[in-house]
Amino acid sequence: MKRLFIALLMVLPLLASCTKKDNEITIGEYDSLTGSDATFGLSTNKGVRLAFDEINAAGGVKGKKLALITLDDQGKNEEAAAAVTRLITQNKVTAIIGGVASGRSKAAAPIAQAKGVPFVSPSSTNPDVTKAGDYVFRVCFIDPFQGSVMAKFAQENLKAKKVAILRDVKNDYSVGLADAFATDFKKRGGEIVTDVSYQAGDIDFKAQLTQIRSKNPDAIYVPGYYTEVGLIAQQARQLGIKAPLMGGDGWDSDKLSEIGKEAINGNYYSNHYTVESTDPAVTEFIKKFKAKYNETPDALAALGYDAAKILAAAMERAPDLSGKSIRDELAKTKDFPAVTGKITLNENRDAVKSAVVVQVEGQNRKYITTVSP
Amino acid sequence: MQDFVQHLINGISLGSIYALIALGYTMVYGILKMINFAHSDVYMVGAFASYYVARAFGIEAHPGVGTLAILLISSMVCCSLLGVVIERLAYRPLRNSPKLNILITAIGVSLFLEYGSQVVFGADPKVFPEVMKDFVIFSFGNVELKSFDVTVLGVSILAMIGLQFLIYKTKVGKAMRAVSSNASVASLMGVNPDKIIAFTFIVGSALAGVGSVLVGMKYPKIDPLMGMMIGMKAFVAAVLGGIGNVRGAVLGALIMGLSEEMVVAYMSSTYRDALAFSILIAILIFKPAGLLGKYSVEKV
Repeated sequence: MKRLFIALLMVLPLLASCTKKDNEITIGEYDSLTGSDATFGLSTNKGVRLAFDEINAAGGVKGKKLALITLDDQGKNEEAAAAVTRLITQNKVTAIIGGVASGRSKAAAPIAQAKGVPFVSPSSTNPDVTKAGDYVFRVCFIDPFQGSVMAKFAQENLKAKKVAILRDVKNDYSVGLADAFATDFKKRGGEIVTDVSYQAGDIDFKAQLTQIRSKNPDAIYVPGYYTEVGLIAQQARQLGIKAPLMGGDGWDSDKLSEIGKEAINGNYYSNHYTVESTDPAVTEFIKKFKAKYNETPDALAALGYDAAKILAAAMERAPDLSGKSIRDELAKTKDFPAVTGKITLNENRDAVKSAVVVQVEGQNRKYITTVSP
Repeated sequence: MQDFVQHLINGISLGSIYALIALGYTMVYGILKMINFAHSDVYMVGAFASYYVARAFGIEAHPGVGTLAILLISSMVCCSLLGVVIERLAYRPLRNSPKLNILITAIGVSLFLEYGSQVVFGADPKVFPEVMKDFVIFSFGNVELKSFDVTVLGVSILAMIGLQFLIYKTKVGKAMRAVSSNASVASLMGVNPDKIIAFTFIVGSALAGVGSVLVGMKYPKIDPLMGMMIGMKAFVAAVLGGIGNVRGAVLGALIMGLSEEMVVAYMSSTYRDALAFSILIAILIFKPAGLLGKYSVEKV
């Protein structure tokens, strides 16, 4: 009897979560709210919530309020897949806003595709992510573009001829960026003097850096996540390497400077937007974000906001709220005035837009240049 | 040539970090014949203890000897307490059960600490307080010898000598060896095995505490899973040197650090762990009991 009672207790919340309110549209979100790249998920989530609050305050979508269910994937691919399955089968969400990391999106997107639930990734830049199928979209640029931005920047702005690459082999995002950078930089007549790797979670990079030092490069491309990059910058400076480090949007976190301290200053990375922009869409977003959270939004927050807005706009335009109708409208997104630039989704369901290069200066990011596709 | 010397320094400095953790593994094994898988997580808790102590005292940005002393003491005390509690609650009740049960319990305790800490401390990485200023002791061309590298190596060797002295020259050490060879006979001779085993855990865990501060000062990023990989490598280093042998642990750890470094330097960084571990497997094929371990035939 006691056992039966306990079993019932465990089943009850499951039953309760199945009941759905009629005047609400539930949207699922999963992201790394904990784990080694937790600031990514937390920022994205803040951006999404800000967008939802605004939409709901303005009357919602089709007269219904948007309700957000956020699950934590702990920064693990398998957890992301589990989270999406749960959002679809248990919470019966109308659409999904995906996470930041490409590896996790690759695990999660095929599930949404199979169930016919529209999936919008705010910031997964690996090209393979949207190849999962025609229900998978993203509002950011893709790695080949981001890699070529830095290749162009290295050659034209830094006047670099010899570049070393230090990539995270366990990370799809990092490998994709490194490959794109190498191809483009060679095409421009530059030389990749060495291409070495580490694994996320490593703390000692001196072996790789000593090897890089022996090749005496003009710049080093480190397209990893901020946790490792902070330590890499410190150890590079300890070894007396003066060449600037370059990276991608995976650097974009406040923790970068906390971990890297002075060593990270003066280095460059490509990003989706800059807070120094004078575009009214950006200044307005920053003002609202600061009012709500009392902090400056990073690029991931901006992309989370954009993803939510684009999804809501597509739902508003769609004749009904079936996955198919929303998908069709998402695919028609054109010149959407977003914070991270005008967004048009192309036939591969990727956003086409420009990137900026910024320089790290303590907690500030100095705007250097904009590169258009 | 300069690069080779730099790789040598890097490898030894990495190895001495493994050595500090390996000493704890080997010591508990030497006395209890059990592998305390939770050891590397005690080390992680030590790192967080010093992080929070530094914040409580407001000294996270005041590097100096005073800071080092405060953090070392708080981390050692915290780790020792945790070590004793783990021994009392998880291992002692199982002391007379089969070895396999204790081993699995140890893995359980390890996972409990890793994932429990994610709840308590949060899973995002924290920045370890600045304990000391790093400075160059000696430089030759491109090669630099830093104070941190020398400190970590020095502390590992001191800890090794200290343990050696404790185990072979003191009364407690004699009791430890007695418990190790036969606990029930030792208790007939007036040794209290419970006390001796608790003491072993205190010393082993305190070493993990020292390790956590030294590693934190060199690599200032700490997170609840930081013990996983370093623990695995330190454990392998202890086996390589001959588990249960104090000098072997340090030797094994240095070889481990050097082989990892050299694999990255002259072979492939992608296959670092695979190649480094193959070297270890090769050594163990020729010396199954480890480099300094004694291979004893069990009499039946």
